Amino acid sequence: MTKIIVDGAELDVPPEYTVLQACEAAGKEIPRFCYHERLSIAGNCRMCLVEVKGGPPKPMASCANSVRDLRPGPNGEPPVVLTNSPMVKKAREGVMEFLLINHPLDCPICDQGGECDLQDQALAYGRDRSRYAESKHAVDNKYIGPLVKTEMTRCIHCTRCVRFTAEICGTSDMGMIGRGEDSEITTYLQQAMTSELQGNVADLCPVGALLPKPQNFRARPWEYNKIPGVDVMDALGSAIRIDTRGREVMRILPRVNEAVNEEWISDKTRQVVDGLKTQRLDRPFVRENGKLRPATWQQAFAAVAAKVKAAAANKIGFIGGDLCAVEDLFAAKSLAEALGTRNIDARQDGARLDPALGRASYIFNPTVEGIDRADALLIVGSNPRWESPVLNARIRRRWRAGNFPIALIGEPFDLTYSYDYLGAGPEVLAKIANYQESGEGFGETLAKAERPLILVGQGALARDDGSAILALAAKLGAPKGDWTGLAVLHTAASRVGALDIGFVPGAGGLDAQAMAKAGAQDVVFLVGADEIAVEPGAFVVYIGSHGDRGAHRADVILPGAAYTEKSGTYVNTEGRVQMSDRAAFPPGEAREDWAIFRALSASLGKPLPFDSLAQLRGKLYASCPWLGAIDAIPATDAAGLASLPGGELGQGALVSAISDFYLTNPIARASRVMGECSALAKARRTAQAAE
Amino acid sequence: MSTRRLAENQPESFEFTPENRAWLDAQIAKYPPGRQQSAVIPALWKAQKQHDYWLPQKAIEKVADILGMPYIRVLEVATFYSMFNLEPVGKYFVQLCGTTPCLLRGADAIIRVCQERIGPQRQVTGDGMFSWAEVECLGACCNAPMVQINDDYYEDLDAASFSKLLDDLAAGRPTHIGPQNGRLRSEPFGGLTSLTEFYGADGKSGPLSDMNAAHQPACPEK
Repeated sequence: MTKIIVDGAELDVPPEYTVLQACEAAGKEIPRFCYHERLSIAGNCRMCLVEVKGGPPKPMASCANSVRDLRPGPNGEPPVVLTNSPMVKKAREGVMEFLLINHPLDCPICDQGGECDLQDQALAYGRDRSRYAESKHAVDNKYIGPLVKTEMTRCIHCTRCVRFTAEICGTSDMGMIGRGEDSEITTYLQQAMTSELQGNVADLCPVGALLPKPQNFRARPWEYNKIPGVDVMDALGSAIRIDTRGREVMRILPRVNEAVNEEWISDKTRQVVDGLKTQRLDRPFVRENGKLRPATWQQAFAAVAAKVKAAAANKIGFIGGDLCAVEDLFAAKSLAEALGTRNIDARQDGARLDPALGRASYIFNPTVEGIDRADALLIVGSNPRWESPVLNARIRRRWRAGNFPIALIGEPFDLTYSYDYLGAGPEVLAKIANYQESGEGFGETLAKAERPLILVGQGALARDDGSAILALAAKLGAPKGDWTGLAVLHTAASRVGALDIGFVPGAGGLDAQAMAKAGAQDVVFLVGADEIAVEPGAFVVYIGSHGDRGAHRADVILPGAAYTEKSGTYVNTEGRVQMSDRAAFPPGEAREDWAIFRALSASLGKPLPFDSLAQLRGKLYASCPWLGAIDAIPATDAAGLASLPGGELGQGALVSAISDFYLTNPIARASRVMGECSALAKARRTAQAAE
Repeated sequence: MSTRRLAENQPESFEFTPENRAWLDAQIAKYPPGRQQSAVIPALWKAQKQHDYWLPQKAIEKVADILGMPYIRVLEVATFYSMFNLEPVGKYFVQLCGTTPCLLRGADAIIRVCQERIGPQRQVTGDGMFSWAEVECLGACCNAPMVQINDDYYEDLDAASFSKLLDDLAAGRPTHIGPQNGRLRSEPFGGLTSLTEFYGADGKSGPLSDMNAAHQPACPEK
């Protein structure tokens, strides 16, 4: 620790701290544009100037100098830093005046107005009028993709976006061409950015140069109601802030959660917003003569009740969807139990995960934060860049730190970091597990590693030999000291929660694939399940928010709430229990899903034992106490991982569960913006394949 | 200098000649493995020389592919340095120093000659022989005013001598590289004024007795 005096107060800080960090530790606010905690230091905006005694007789950029480089006083006194001396104020005012020389004063028509760093800091350091009589320069706007709008005359060249795409995304999409006052921020020849995290550059931009394109000229920041939520687009459970105006969700922004998403979210998380307004199911529908017609709740319930009462209990099935909250699935499961059926399953893709094998067999045991401490990584049948872009950025950061061997079994893909490609089939995994006999080099690397991370994708588990692959991976990722390396990366936000509450077939019950077979069931309830095709024959009841595959197949549609419209519990891939608030109301006659099950149960004559969400949660916590500990990862016993029941390995390459990042769920498929992104990405892949 | 963009008319492809590629590989080998990006400026420089003194888009992409860099990183370098031309230039490309010392010594007269004989900046003459651009200090202030034509410096110019230089280049006559007023390198005009007992008399220094011997062809190959 090094002593330093900031504005007269002495404090101890680590020597590697920058002066800016030391000042923040002393509780002083330092204005900045280019400096960002999670990016490399550029030191080019000069807004963070401070006065240093004992240093050169000029202001010093506090972000670009470390505390250890400061000289002590003549008698060994700690170095002195002043953050609000007259010299500092004058220096920062000078910097601000230069920044504003070429910045248009168009705040009234700028979307950043109200949440603009330049605006805020100009309030403290700006002059009340301009001394600059010459002509300002103007910069051509650039096309950089469908998600970010540019207004390049406003750019102050902080290069945050350039550093973000180069360091965090790993795609190096953006750059600064030209020099001096002719510098321009752009992508290469104005091509669209290629990263799945590109929307974050609009958040990073301290001015109004990069703005979210779909939210162009829609609302002012102070008009929003800001509701904390949890993302369901992937299984990471990123912390989000849902901004609404009136009844409408206007935009989704990241919230800081160091343990999960830090402060990034994927483009799908951010820009799925317009999908929340289109293709919505806003009233019940009943199929008559092959056509869906609008109905009242009573008519819809009556149609369901007639079919359910006519069906034998073992001919009724429940399939859980990928976006459901735990409460929804718990209500569905309670109804299934009341009806006496054991045919319930939330694994639409047929993943061979089973809560009976212990919680450690289906979660990301090392935790997302644990990626930073891992010292070897094996990816099995997964494309983390698409299955969870923010998690992939964490892997990339760990890789950039060095000394992190990575190998991949499955589809080769540009993951933004380099890896050893070992092969496509499950037999490669077997070779690694038996490296002493096969001599597979990466097996030895994993065995020697203290904290190996075995990332298993759903693509590797949703196969006939999924259990065998899971057993092999679990053997490799079995506990080593306090480290458990088996990391199951889910793609569905609801999956871990569903497995936690046991939303899987009971003894003798059918799984999702079997339920979907023709003639297997008389009545199938699709609880927001859109990724499975129920073959003709069964009477299908769809409970969900969007008119997608499930609703098209349905005989009765009961309109539910999307994830922004209900308070729900979600358990992310690492087993972290998180709860989101309701930000908006479901449209029309749509209701929260748990309430639909409660009402339906009454019309079926088997009323469920809860009348409110609080009562439901009481029952839920009684059966699964760990779900009551919000924002925590319950301790799990991983001892059994080394000896999971295996089986015969099959043939065939392991492929990722996701073939199109932008269109993985009904909300994304309803979004025009996601459709545009998907088309662009597809065209890019076709062009690459043609080369 | 203003905003620089890639030229509108671009060639279909770019490929280094085998000799240039071998030369470039030798440059890359100077740097440790994984640090081959350090060769980006020599690579662009060679590409530009090979391609009539300007860099097409395909050359930028070729260099990026060879060095394993994202295209935007190479474009940043190519647009940063004024020595990389992004648009076609004349057979003789005049880079005229317009910085303070040259301007004080009469660069504005040279600029006028350029405007009259060649035309506006960065426009190639109809016959493809000349184009010119004003650049910042080229580091020959003691011989101001000066221009750089392709790879060579022509110094101590005035309107007449510069005009004659352009005539000579246009006619394909040999030119004298360096000071155009009889000065040797950057020594005093009209002979040494100090240390005369050591230099000047023995031919080691001082004004050349035979100006013809100093005539050389102006940058024969580009």
